[in-house]
Amino acid sequence: MQIGPVLAALRHHKAGTLLIAAQIALTLAIVCNALFIVQARLARLSQPSGIDEASLLVIGNEWAGKPNADQMASLTAADLDTLRRVPGVANVYATNAYPLGNGGNVMGVGHSPEKLKYVTSAATYYSDENTLSTLGLKLVEGRNFRADEIGLLDGKGYMRPAVIIITRALAMQMFPHESAIGKPVYISASPSMVIGVVDRLRTPWVDNSMAKWADCSTLVPYRQLTPITHYVVRVQPGQLDEVRQHVRAALYAANRMRVISPKDGVRSFAQVREEAYRDDRGMAILMSGISVVLLLVTGAGIVGLSSFWVGQRRKQIGVRRALGATQHDILSYFLTENLLIAVAGVVMGGVLAIGLNLWLMKQFEMDRLGAGYVLAGVAALLLLGQAAVLAPALRASRVSPVEATRSV
Amino acid sequence: MLGYYLDLALRSFKRNKVLTLLMVVTLALGIGASMTTLTVLRLLSGDPLPQKSGQLFYVQLDPYPKDRPFSRSGKLPWLTTYTDAMNLLHAHRAEHQAAMAMTRVKLIPTTTQQRPFFSNGVMATADFFSMFEAPFQYGSGWSAADDDNRAKVVVIADYLNDQLFGGANSVGRSLRINDQDFRIIGVLRHWAPQPRFYSLYLGGPNYGKGEAVFLPLQSARAAGMDPINSMSYAAGDKQVIENSPTIWLGLWVQLPDAAAVSAYQSFLASYAEQQVALGRFQRSRIGLSGLMPWLDSQQVVPDNVRMQTGLAFSFLLICMVNTVGLLLAKCLRRTNEIGVRRALGASRAAIFAQFMAEAGLIGLVGGGLGLMFALFGLWCIRQQPAEYASLAHLNGQMFLCTFAVALMASLVAGILPAWRACVVTPAPQLKSA
Repeated sequence: MQIGPVLAALRHHKAGTLLIAAQIALTLAIVCNALFIVQARLARLSQPSGIDEASLLVIGNEWAGKPNADQMASLTAADLDTLRRVPGVANVYATNAYPLGNGGNVMGVGHSPEKLKYVTSAATYYSDENTLSTLGLKLVEGRNFRADEIGLLDGKGYMRPAVIIITRALAMQMFPHESAIGKPVYISASPSMVIGVVDRLRTPWVDNSMAKWADCSTLVPYRQLTPITHYVVRVQPGQLDEVRQHVRAALYAANRMRVISPKDGVRSFAQVREEAYRDDRGMAILMSGISVVLLLVTGAGIVGLSSFWVGQRRKQIGVRRALGATQHDILSYFLTENLLIAVAGVVMGGVLAIGLNLWLMKQFEMDRLGAGYVLAGVAALLLLGQAAVLAPALRASRVSPVEATRSV
Repeated sequence: MLGYYLDLALRSFKRNKVLTLLMVVTLALGIGASMTTLTVLRLLSGDPLPQKSGQLFYVQLDPYPKDRPFSRSGKLPWLTTYTDAMNLLHAHRAEHQAAMAMTRVKLIPTTTQQRPFFSNGVMATADFFSMFEAPFQYGSGWSAADDDNRAKVVVIADYLNDQLFGGANSVGRSLRINDQDFRIIGVLRHWAPQPRFYSLYLGGPNYGKGEAVFLPLQSARAAGMDPINSMSYAAGDKQVIENSPTIWLGLWVQLPDAAAVSAYQSFLASYAEQQVALGRFQRSRIGLSGLMPWLDSQQVVPDNVRMQTGLAFSFLLICMVNTVGLLLAKCLRRTNEIGVRRALGASRAAIFAQFMAEAGLIGLVGGGLGLMFALFGLWCIRQQPAEYASLAHLNGQMFLCTFAVALMASLVAGILPAWRACVVTPAPQLKSA
């Protein structure tokens, strides 16, 4: 197929050619970036939290009647005892925060008490000796907390943990070449000795801006005495729904001076995960939906304009057929024409896509667009163009040579 | 003439039903998507107090030591210490000034059989209501004397009044908050500035229906209420937040004009210098931001919403390019018809007007359909759990805006095809016909 005649013909349809090319370029730029964002969101969705989510319940408890710290300490201890006695409960602990829970404390972790010189930010989970077994965390090195190491912390005090358990990701950052066990780290003014390293434990946040240290968590041996406490409950296999129905009543029966929200006071971890990623999932669905509609709109636009061109050129097609062009020649003429326009479009579109990505990187916390996405987008749009033009081109190829002799 | 053009347009639509439908639907999708996201964006980035925002300023100081700064990137602390807030309030250098913090309160209905529930409350000094122009349904706010005397008085929001007292005048009745009785002295009218600018960093939500109760700062503190948010660089001295470098108050001032702003700025600068001289501060940095610049710099609008709006408008752009292409195809197909009309005496202007009328009609129909899409889109947003979700409604302005954008989009899209149509020379078209 010769390109010369195609280009010559296109010169007579500058406006239409430009419009299709522009539409392809814009579609490529937007679809590439949208799908890139979708992929980033989906990748976050599938990140493991490191805990045994299938058998965990979370209870949000708020004390009423302003108990003081001593009262809260005994109330919390009584609650843990109550929960342990609920049939089907395997283990339980009280904490300030849990993975994907979207609330908790961030601390800078460093090699010295100087606040400015921290190595990375990390989440702090208040824990006790039951935390590891409740969450199902895998201790890869060192030991668990002992019951006598657990301190009490009211809302106004400052924590200075003597011992600390950290995640492997955090250990790798702090001590890349050696074991972290027995080494001091600073999350407060005084050193905390690392006594254990767990395989993986995500932070409570799924936010983009905190993604860099999403696996950097610390467990500190404290029970927090504030009006709002969370209980994390591990249930025996297959008892999740059973326990879930009974815990609220059991806690209220033990003590009425509390509020456990009827709406989301008791949540299974599946729910926690659902809610944590709801925005991400919504965004991914929206972006993919719009991308599909965009491709359809662009395809429809190509069909429309090509059909018009075919209609306009029936006579010329008839002449070419009369002069010996085969149906295949006509078909490949229109396919080539579309390919040329589409190539021009995707070249512009590739540049636009990268430009848009650079702008987005400045505006939002985003990574660089991989070349793979642009290439995949280019391939998709070229294919879309060929598919869209196929029907009008087939119609063109069926134009009879007799048309050449007709005046209309 | 317009009637005739519209008639011609309708005839042409009937001839090419699929093409017309395609144009209308793509345009409507673009309009629907962009109007939905624009409504949300305007809601989230709107001016919370349009008549007043130009006069409201947020005050920031830096009580943090140099070696333990508030932020590594040099940001000023978001909140103020009690000492500084009180010093600045008592100086009375602004027309109005108020310090405020957010607290969690347990409300115990005394009049009905309802169960206790938790809500957010504002603890503020007396100027809060007059400065933010919160309208009262019944009663009024408290005086500075009430605040100093730790009077147990409370102002309640309209929705709390509806819930507890069925909307009746409840001034003078008592409300049990955290197991203490407070006397109601005022009931607000519906007052829900969005975003809730003053609650930023105090620990309340950025959007939503707002706090249920408003209490004098001193009275609330005397009743043992603690701020939701407080930060301190020094360990162990959060115990008494009044006498410590703990930051926990938001400080707003009202300055009526530029002269007052610069006067207050120099007052603030000299105050900070004085505190450095006294040894309380190590740095004399100050911040005095207008309400809207302050909101902008804090980026209250979620990234997702900004991204969606950008996506929707790019979508509209592509839909427009698409419509241009289809209109072009459609009108060039009718060169014969144009030739006949020109030969029968229609001027170029008339042909141009005819095609613009056709494009405009597509825009209006597309706009109407787009409005349906936008209403549906907003309904979907209201089903989401976001704190601004319930506020996502199309207002009259956006309703008109939808049609204006649709008409503009289609007319812009129609210019090129209409121009191409009007430059058609009649003779060859007639000959070939």
